Amino acid sequence: MRKLIMAAAIALPVFGTAAIAQETVKIAYIDPLSGGGASIGEIGLKTFQFLAEELNAKGGVLGKKVEIVAFDNKTNPQESLIQAQKAIDQGIRILTQGNGSSVAGALTDFVSKYNERNPGKEVLYFNYAAVDPVLTNEKCNFWHFRWDANSDIKMEALTNYMKTAPAIKNVYLINQDYSFGQSVRTAAKAMLGAKRPDIKIVGDELHPLLKITDFAPYIAKIKASGADTVVTGNWGQDFALLLKASADAGLKLNWYTYYAGGTGGPTAIKQANLNHQVFQVGEGIPNLDNKPSQEFEKALRAKYDFSLFYPRAVNQMRMLAAAADKAKSIDPVKVALALEGMEFDVFNGGKGNMRKDDHQFFQPIYISSLGERSEKEPFDEEKTGWGWKLIAKIEPAQTMLPTTCKMERPK
Amino acid sequence: MLELIVISTLNGVLFGMLLFLMASGLTVIFSMLGVLNFAHASFYMLGAFFGFQISRWFGFWPALVIAPLLAGAIGAAVERYGLRRVHKNGHVAELLFTFGLAFAIEEVVQIIWGKSPVDFRIPPSLDFPAFTIFSTNYPAYKMFMLLVSIVIFAALLITLKKTRIGLIVQAALTHPHMVGHLGHNVGRIFRLVFGVGTALAAVAGVIAGPALVTQANMAGLLGPILFVVVVVGGLGSLPGAFVASLLIGLVQTFAVSMNGSLSGAFGPLSPDYAATWLADIWNVTIAQIAPIMPYVLLVLILIFRPMGLLGTRDT
Repeated sequence: MRKLIMAAAIALPVFGTAAIAQETVKIAYIDPLSGGGASIGEIGLKTFQFLAEELNAKGGVLGKKVEIVAFDNKTNPQESLIQAQKAIDQGIRILTQGNGSSVAGALTDFVSKYNERNPGKEVLYFNYAAVDPVLTNEKCNFWHFRWDANSDIKMEALTNYMKTAPAIKNVYLINQDYSFGQSVRTAAKAMLGAKRPDIKIVGDELHPLLKITDFAPYIAKIKASGADTVVTGNWGQDFALLLKASADAGLKLNWYTYYAGGTGGPTAIKQANLNHQVFQVGEGIPNLDNKPSQEFEKALRAKYDFSLFYPRAVNQMRMLAAAADKAKSIDPVKVALALEGMEFDVFNGGKGNMRKDDHQFFQPIYISSLGERSEKEPFDEEKTGWGWKLIAKIEPAQTMLPTTCKMERPK
Repeated sequence: MLELIVISTLNGVLFGMLLFLMASGLTVIFSMLGVLNFAHASFYMLGAFFGFQISRWFGFWPALVIAPLLAGAIGAAVERYGLRRVHKNGHVAELLFTFGLAFAIEEVVQIIWGKSPVDFRIPPSLDFPAFTIFSTNYPAYKMFMLLVSIVIFAALLITLKKTRIGLIVQAALTHPHMVGHLGHNVGRIFRLVFGVGTALAAVAGVIAGPALVTQANMAGLLGPILFVVVVVGGLGSLPGAFVASLLIGLVQTFAVSMNGSLSGAFGPLSPDYAATWLADIWNVTIAQIAPIMPYVLLVLILIFRPMGLLGTRDT
């Protein structure tokens, strides 16, 4: 046994570097594969691997095979930079990351500095889920592309819908204590204040990111505040456990969320018996009346036991292939230039556009709720029998928030 | 408001009792061997994972018994074949040994069970609301956790106070050399205490696993707080560990439910300072700093009462 481990320890790094860089397009997936973010990080990894296989089945990117290489960043910014450096040292030129805007902030700075110091060896940073608005505003740079709608765009869509729900009177905000959670809370306060001045914010909570395993004290506090609605940007374990605690306490109110569909979320919602009381804003759900995306969903579910949580990842990978085709090269600078301003038929139907000014992708946004299904909703979530139902669709034009980005492009 | 106080008290006591299950073993080992066992929380994690695995094969109830026995056996083996040999090389070596052991256990758990959380469910027979208080349900499983902790606390207290073995352990706590000179096998007592201590941590793991999250970093999340409990309670003092566990459980739970901040107490900060670091301190709520409260307590205790709340020795 010991010999085997020794042999593996010696052989693994050798194989890692021996893989021929020219023959494959490698993408470094830098996300949590351990700790509190692991449940969601592993699903992301499998999704990207599935998408790479899809591209490879169609001949890859410019005839080259696409390969996803996983790096565990433990949702930690410093660790992410070490992993990014490791990826670059292996010759990888495209990094992708999504979980945690704190990580994304560090990574985007790192990539921009690295590219400044290493002309000719540029790397790209594809952000599929970190939605802190600063990443495409104050902190924007040429190398960063974001496929997820930023937090302000999502809140704009969400509050436009909340505006039409007169039952909402007392709102409780609970968010993770880091850049993203803080931006959700700030945007929620500002936008609700402008659109529904009659709504009272009865609570405004920030809790540590991915560290809490029992939300019962927070649920007791929400209960005591007399709220009828909760707005939260929580993701991963922080959402599933929050809802689990709420189910245990028998708390019944409406939830407006960014990421209710993440691992464990639907199960907790069913357990809490919140039939169509949990709303989610996002760029797509399985139950949209769109044949290609439903086919994709079927294929994914046949292979894995989860549903597609990242339609944006599909757009990201397909657009990478399209951009490489357009540029006739996989050189990062050329790919980046081809991506700028690119129009694309998005996964869930409709048109999307990678805005040139700030590299923010704009696409139709959907508000949906989880609960019992009709014939129009063929897919359920996490074998609960409940599925996402479309509530409202918001066209890209309505979400075009201005940007303060002043981008410097390579000469 | 009353509702919040009652529910928070329940939650706080529950968390406190869970801490006590672990801290009781740690504090006794601490004062006997004179060494902080950094790997103690790892046995809590081992308990949870053993519990998960065994409950898959035989159900939850056998797991509740077998997993702690297994973890206790491993603990006793660690003391016999690891710590005792390292002991010859002094306290620093022992400390480093337990430190390394904690990482080794975590790594082994990750290799066997993976890095993401495992699906350790509450047994169906306990998955219902125990009672409803002010229209809030209180889960039966949490009451069960509380009950188990109280039973173990009582059993531990009776063993220590009323039995011969308890008498020797108590003596070994304060006068280990004297106990040895009197002809007792101190080595065996150490092994027994280490085994029982780690088994208690494993019990905490088995019952906390389904309620919290069973994952490889669960030792890291709880470990530091355990040391706070031991130091605040006082070295080797079981009643001290009990008081400190409850205190920290309540402090953390109540801190979460409080919204007070400096700006709440003294009014908003003058706009001149709005963009400075002062604004952050001014606006931060007690709920936000809840996670660091135990450590603040640790620092204060070390400054003002180094022997801990109920400790007698100040080493």
